[in-house]
Amino acid sequence: MSIKVSNLTKYYGDYLAVDNISFEAKKGEILGFLGPNGAGKSTTMKIITTYLPPTSGSIEVDGFDVEDKSLEVRKKLGYLPELNPLYYDMNPVDYLDFVAKLDGIPAGEIKKRREEMIRVCGLDSVRKKDIGTLSKGFKQRVGLAQAMINNPDVLILDEPTSGLDPNQIIEIRNLIKKLGKEKTVVLSTHILSEVTATCNRVIIINKGKIVANGTPEELQAKSKGQSLVTLEVKNNCDKNALSGALKEIRSVNKVEFVKDNGDSFLFNIYGEHGTDLREVISNKVMQQKAMVLSMQAKHSSLEDIFRELTK
Amino acid sequence: MNTQNIKTIFTKELKSYFNSPIAYIVMIVFMAISGFLFTMSFFQINIASMREFFGSFFIQLVLFVVFIPAITMRSFSEEKKQGTLELLLTKPITDIELILGKYLSALTLIVITLSPTILYFIIIKMIGPISFWPFLTSLLGYILMSAFFIGIGVFVSSLTENQIIAFIVSVLICLFFFLFGKLLIVFPTSVVSFFEYLTTDYHLSNISRGVIDSRVLIYYFSMIFFTIFLTKVSLESRKW
Repeated sequence: MSIKVSNLTKYYGDYLAVDNISFEAKKGEILGFLGPNGAGKSTTMKIITTYLPPTSGSIEVDGFDVEDKSLEVRKKLGYLPELNPLYYDMNPVDYLDFVAKLDGIPAGEIKKRREEMIRVCGLDSVRKKDIGTLSKGFKQRVGLAQAMINNPDVLILDEPTSGLDPNQIIEIRNLIKKLGKEKTVVLSTHILSEVTATCNRVIIINKGKIVANGTPEELQAKSKGQSLVTLEVKNNCDKNALSGALKEIRSVNKVEFVKDNGDSFLFNIYGEHGTDLREVISNKVMQQKAMVLSMQAKHSSLEDIFRELTK
Repeated sequence: MNTQNIKTIFTKELKSYFNSPIAYIVMIVFMAISGFLFTMSFFQINIASMREFFGSFFIQLVLFVVFIPAITMRSFSEEKKQGTLELLLTKPITDIELILGKYLSALTLIVITLSPTILYFIIIKMIGPISFWPFLTSLLGYILMSAFFIGIGVFVSSLTENQIIAFIVSVLICLFFFLFGKLLIVFPTSVVSFFEYLTTDYHLSNISRGVIDSRVLIYYFSMIFFTIFLTKVSLESRKW
């Protein structure tokens, strides 16, 4: 187990930032940390990376405790903090060489590692420019190169794609996915599509607590177990009778009259998860001598789950 | 303690001093002021001695109370502001290695700044008789004094992410230590001898006379140790 978090709690003074959370991450796993701002994502990452100590609970990285074996843990880690830690008066080459030395990479290998990072992160065109003059996307790539230069077992990335344009986002996601095959990657984000695109496991965290933990598919499946059909019928029918008839369908949980459009009525029909109600609904409507104008089945997305859990 | 890590931080810090105007301003202004005062004292008084030069209130004030805080103000505050402190503190180096790297680079810059005084000594030596020992101890006194005040500056810089605040607070603290000894004349003689030991002035003037006594060394080294210790505590305060 590359990362093992057990009963982690963190107070800032009186403020409870992380409330008794436990989770694990294995090699080959890309773990997405999802949550609204201030949920405790960055705090948890700062504790994993030994920057802050836990108030109680413990974290092990590759079997080393973050408090007792802090220096050992740091050797295993690559970390990109939320505020990208760059020296604006250095160029990417000097910066990466400096970080490589701090990471304890032998002098003879520094150049090789640096050049590999410059290639992987696409920094060749800016290698001799002051970091302060680079665009946000390039700065972010320098930050990623810094985190990966020691070829770490565990990569902690706090909002790695913030500030990048859509093309760069896709490049970085592909890079993370590639790395994730042989490393443990924990990344935080509040962009939901990022999680479905890159992570093979998601932890949703809200107000310091874990509210969901599973693969993106599992979470979708768990989401209250409901499927939704929106139905629009012509107004030449009795809406109460129709609503009553629809409720008789076995797998329908709830029928909701949404609004009267003047010439049509709009309904939301909730059914058990995994059922496609469209066919039975269509039959029922015809039995009531009403006319279907439109009908649409909706699957709950990660967005719905997120909103449901973090409201 | 890993000296390689200290060296890595030391080199990076020294490079950044010379990448910014601060190192050049300090060195050039010090050379201008000291050059002026040197020629003044040398040719007016007409004695082959550097006593007047090293004893100059003005040089000491500018060097210890203005230049040192100016050099150390960004030491940790800039790292805090840029978020790079989080980078440094999550790399496999210890807090004390980081502090020493920064501390020694500031001290090195001051030693480089003071180096033209050797030239002044050589000039006097060519013209008249001057003994080497008082010059050497005076220079040593200046370096020890700088080492103490750099400790203050680095510590204060670790308390804030605002360079300007770091500068002002360091100036005030350095000014206090610097002037305290000069104000002792207003105290009754019975307490002077006690307070005297705490002032930098007393030790500086002692050492300038060519007296290197262990009390002086103990004073400076304990002050340096104390400021480095305070800086370490300040870095650890993030964990409280």
